[in-house]
Amino acid sequence: MRAAIGRDSEPKTYLVEAGAIRRFADAIGDPSLLYRDERAARKSSYGGIVAPPTFLRLFRPSPAIPEFPNPLSSVLDGGSRWEYFEPVRPGDRITVTIRLVDLYERAGSLGNMLFAVRENRFVNQSNALVAVDRDTEIYYDAATKEVEHDG
Amino acid sequence: MSVQVYFEDVQEGTELPVLRKDPTTQQLVMYAGASGDFYQIHYDQDFARANGLPTVIIHGALKNAFLGQLVTDWVGEHGTVKKLTVQYRGMDEPGTPVYCKGVVTKTSLEDGAGLVECDIWLEDHQGKKTTPGSAVVALPLRAG
Repeated sequence: MRAAIGRDSEPKTYLVEAGAIRRFADAIGDPSLLYRDERAARKSSYGGIVAPPTFLRLFRPSPAIPEFPNPLSSVLDGGSRWEYFEPVRPGDRITVTIRLVDLYERAGSLGNMLFAVRENRFVNQSNALVAVDRDTEIYYDAATKEVEHDG
Repeated sequence: MSVQVYFEDVQEGTELPVLRKDPTTQQLVMYAGASGDFYQIHYDQDFARANGLPTVIIHGALKNAFLGQLVTDWVGEHGTVKKLTVQYRGMDEPGTPVYCKGVVTKTSLEDGAGLVECDIWLEDHQGKKTTPGSAVVALPLRAG
């Protein structure tokens, strides 16, 4: 299982569409004009429309696809650690590479849990690193343990 | 857009304006569509229960987005978010309000940039911090 650690996924490239940014901002309930009004956004330090900080989630599978034989059928998101380097703009072509960086077991409120830590690296068409999201997913077996209400 | 906050305006202990959100099941479906996360624990109650959950739960990543908005609202159109970290310690259900909050923990001038570190978190309607995190932002300088 641990043999999967450290290997990069096949890179995938996605186009950032203005409509996708607006729909994402609508879905999270953020009315900022930075995400939908080019004229207003031009006056900002960004000089134009940009994507909200977590928009890049769109460019990776959620939940992630396990790189290892996974015996546990249920999954919860454990957390995210984003670092930002460049803004994401409409028309950008973003290439994402995913790497499993850690895998460990722990017992807790979900019974036996398997933690998978992945680094998602996002690079734009100018080959500039725009963001890195290090996220944790928690695999568990719903049959062995009733999840407590307070998680 | 709102009034710009400057580096000189903040110090350790400065609180970020509270952001209230009222997530509904409809919002979870909108978020599923906009983010591509169609895992059924967020909209199919039977599926959620079969996976040991009390009911459908809010996507962790949507809470991440709420906390992102807390920070981007605060830094305004001339500030930038450098880091954003969240941990999903507790689950939240749609149908009751959640509150995003934050407080400045450190300020520093580095290479002419006004860097500000904050603790941020999301509380449920009973005041329980289900989603703690932190952020690092760059704020514009008045004396630029």
